[in-house]
Amino acid sequence: MATTPAEPRSSEPKTNHIGLTVIDYKGGKTTLCAGCGHNAISERIIEAMYDMGVKPERVAKLSGIGCSSKSPAYFMNRSHSFNSVHGRMPSVATGAMLANRNLIALGVSGDGDTASIGIGQFVHLMRRNLPIIYIIEDNGVYGLTKGQFSATADLGSKLKSGVLNDLPPIDTCTLAIQLGATFVGRSFSGDKRQLSTMLKAAIAHNGTVMLDVVSPCVTFNDHEGSTKSYKYVKDHEETLQEMSFVPHFEEIDVEYDPGTTVNVTMHDGSHLRLRKLEEDYDPTDRIQAMTRLTAAHDKGEVLTGLFYVNTKAPSFLDMLNMVDEPLATLPESLTRPGRQVLEAAMEELR
Amino acid sequence: MATTDVAPQGTGGQLGRKRIVNDMSIQVATVNGSGSQSSNTVLLRAIFQMGVPVSGKNLFPSNIAGLPTWYTIRANKDGYVGRKKEIDFLVAMNAETAQDDVMSLAPGASVLYDEPLALDKLRNDLIFYSVPYDKLVAAVCPEAKLRKLVKNMVYVGVVAQLLAIEMDEVEKAIRKQFAKKVKAANLNLAAVRAGFDYAKASLQKRGAFYIERMDETAGKIIIDGNSAAALGCMFAGCTVVTWYPITPSSSLVETMIEYMKEYRIGPDGKATFAIVQAEDELAAIGMVIGAGWAGARSMTATAGPGISLMSEFAGLAYYAEIPGVIWDIQRVGPSTGLPTRTSQGDILATAFLSHGDTKHIMLIPNSAAECFSMASEAFNLAEQFQTLVFVMSDLDLGMNNWMSDPFEYPTTPIKRGKVLSKEDLTKLGGFARYKDLDGDGVGYRTLPGTDHPAAAYFTRGSGHNDKSNYSERPDDYEDNMERLNRKFETARSFVPRPEILKGANAKIGIIAYGTSHWGIIESRDQLRNEYAIETDYLRLRAYPFTREVHEFIEQHERVYVVEQNRDAQMLSLLKLDLKPELIARLRSISHLDGLPLDARSVTDELSTMEGK
Repeated sequence: MATTPAEPRSSEPKTNHIGLTVIDYKGGKTTLCAGCGHNAISERIIEAMYDMGVKPERVAKLSGIGCSSKSPAYFMNRSHSFNSVHGRMPSVATGAMLANRNLIALGVSGDGDTASIGIGQFVHLMRRNLPIIYIIEDNGVYGLTKGQFSATADLGSKLKSGVLNDLPPIDTCTLAIQLGATFVGRSFSGDKRQLSTMLKAAIAHNGTVMLDVVSPCVTFNDHEGSTKSYKYVKDHEETLQEMSFVPHFEEIDVEYDPGTTVNVTMHDGSHLRLRKLEEDYDPTDRIQAMTRLTAAHDKGEVLTGLFYVNTKAPSFLDMLNMVDEPLATLPESLTRPGRQVLEAAMEELR
Repeated sequence: MATTDVAPQGTGGQLGRKRIVNDMSIQVATVNGSGSQSSNTVLLRAIFQMGVPVSGKNLFPSNIAGLPTWYTIRANKDGYVGRKKEIDFLVAMNAETAQDDVMSLAPGASVLYDEPLALDKLRNDLIFYSVPYDKLVAAVCPEAKLRKLVKNMVYVGVVAQLLAIEMDEVEKAIRKQFAKKVKAANLNLAAVRAGFDYAKASLQKRGAFYIERMDETAGKIIIDGNSAAALGCMFAGCTVVTWYPITPSSSLVETMIEYMKEYRIGPDGKATFAIVQAEDELAAIGMVIGAGWAGARSMTATAGPGISLMSEFAGLAYYAEIPGVIWDIQRVGPSTGLPTRTSQGDILATAFLSHGDTKHIMLIPNSAAECFSMASEAFNLAEQFQTLVFVMSDLDLGMNNWMSDPFEYPTTPIKRGKVLSKEDLTKLGGFARYKDLDGDGVGYRTLPGTDHPAAAYFTRGSGHNDKSNYSERPDDYEDNMERLNRKFETARSFVPRPEILKGANAKIGIIAYGTSHWGIIESRDQLRNEYAIETDYLRLRAYPFTREVHEFIEQHERVYVVEQNRDAQMLSLLKLDLKPELIARLRSISHLDGLPLDARSVTDELSTMEGK
């Protein structure tokens, strides 16, 4: 009975390849400080999830405690989220993925939550190669408790009060590579293009993605003498590659020169293209990655890029050899063996 | 060869005439790591197969090899399977402890010892039997390497002959023990026969103790509580197990791995479960909570130190309302304490585990059968009430061998609690995670991955309103805490009810729980027979306390709360629950030595407190 002609298409909002608008990926209003790097990261997450056409209902957002860990409330309201306890998000994420292997786990942590209180769970998450995107929103200080150093603060970095950090930093990327994470990189909250590309590739990866994103704390660690300030990062950033990403649902139309560009075919068929800015760097070589990271520290560089990728290693879930459907929703017929099984077990004990 | 046997002086003549049948405890003192476990199991099973009620308790050191260990088998015609304080028959295989072991025996007990130890010189009021083990073993075991292990089988033969345990049953028990290893079975059987033949030819029976065939064990099984719990969890539909090894809980998960591999892997080779060894107890419970949040039936097993570590996460699960099952196989604390001894010392800490106003449901099994059945109850309660449920077993129950009726197949279906599906959400349009729609304090939840735009909610351990949004409002906080309390009150009517055993017009009540049960039922008979004290008995099976507990205390002038800890922990919980006038009726009997509770200790203390 509709006689009204269709509205002109131009007024309809843009949608991604699963028919959702960017609004469908929005979260609550942020309560972090204006200019906080974490808000920029939330924006990039929304962008990447939208561009990749990830159904928000498939995503589980997980976090620990701290400013960074609050941020899952500020993106993707249509995804379940779990703001757990300080430094223990990795175990909660692991449990969630055991229960439902079809989820896409997105963990958001901070430098204190990961490298100080959470270092124990962090290293074990890395060695399991659980499918998860683990983001460290790294500003070198505790924001919520007003600016104490965390374990990623650089040697000699200065607090607002003038206190100097006299302990060496933990390099979470080196650790992650050493322990078995299969997609490890560092980016900067201010580098839209690089971070967005890396996040899209992360979504396409099957295994542990560890992204250390330097994300300046405008309130407590953005001053002269800090090594995690906007200015310091801009002045000292060295980038390993220029990245581009071709998702699996798009035709590959850009030619690349294998001499200057590394092509990484991701688990879902997407392609990550890395145009080398350092000629000899091979992101599939763990030892080179760790050597380069160590050199960066010695030179005072903030090295960014994809340090290491391995698309062949089995994930933790692959190794557990579980049924395809989520354990969480298996019917009783599959989880409670029959009477004859109990009878057999009893007979063995008589 | 038997010339070193010494007839007890003084009481010897009388002993010879007395005949005590199917009522004794046999203690084997050895060195751990010497393979005596097989010998002791064979002895236990042989008596069991003769239809005589038995129990086996291993008193072992926190050590892999080289330290003393004692295994006690109690055979009792009346079905008392708790620890008996007195040892009637000592098998002294450990030179290091032999003197102390002998000196601690009551007059009239028998001692079987390795000839070179010459223990018969120590006392003249015991019955001694010496055995030249090395000679006997050398004859049946040409391989010198194996002799140390086979030596322990020789005493099985000697004990069998002296106590009149049937050799056919011993052989059957050996065949079962070494089911797939025929050569080992034959070698061990030869050693048993060597011991039996030696005893027959060379030892003159003078003790009073005999095993005679009965018919009290037909159809029964022998199992430890941890294995029973493992089976129970498998049949409870558990899908995720995360754990960190700790004595005495490790064998629960290790046994479960075996059962799950056998019965929960489909024809396609795919598992309907995931079992993950975590890096510590913090991670173990974190995984339980993550999995419970995402909808799995998840569990871990631990002991006191693990419970302490889980404290922060336990509060998160309470406040964010996430199901999970934690088995606490209690051992002796504080701190590392005595890792291989039993206790009920985690009750109070677990009831309120974590900071803030936190409280938890606890189930307390007393037997292997309850370890099995409470597994299903624990998972159903955890999901029904969206909270952790702690199952408070202990080392005595978990690691020792218990006789049991075969377990009954669960009759209650798996209940997943209030979980909204995609279809429910389409009908409702949305939901508020912590809204108390039904007045029972329990809200409705959705699982991550539910394919509906209104399914998601934000789970947090920080203050929240009924929509699970962040809130610091005083009224939101208070409403939420009151609702959580309402939920806990609702749980009172759903947790397992106590078991109550009545005496004849008793004015005195006994309250106990867990493995104390076995000492209590025997002690009640002792109190009646020896002191004419009639008692009623209530066995707690859960916290929070049900209505029956209050009624029981109201009905008695004095109520003795018997427990295996120093500080009367359960009594303290009762005090919090009771009307002030009832509190004065409670008396504490505490047992604190790390050994399973024995009846005699309870009888002595209670009768004294009653002025007898």
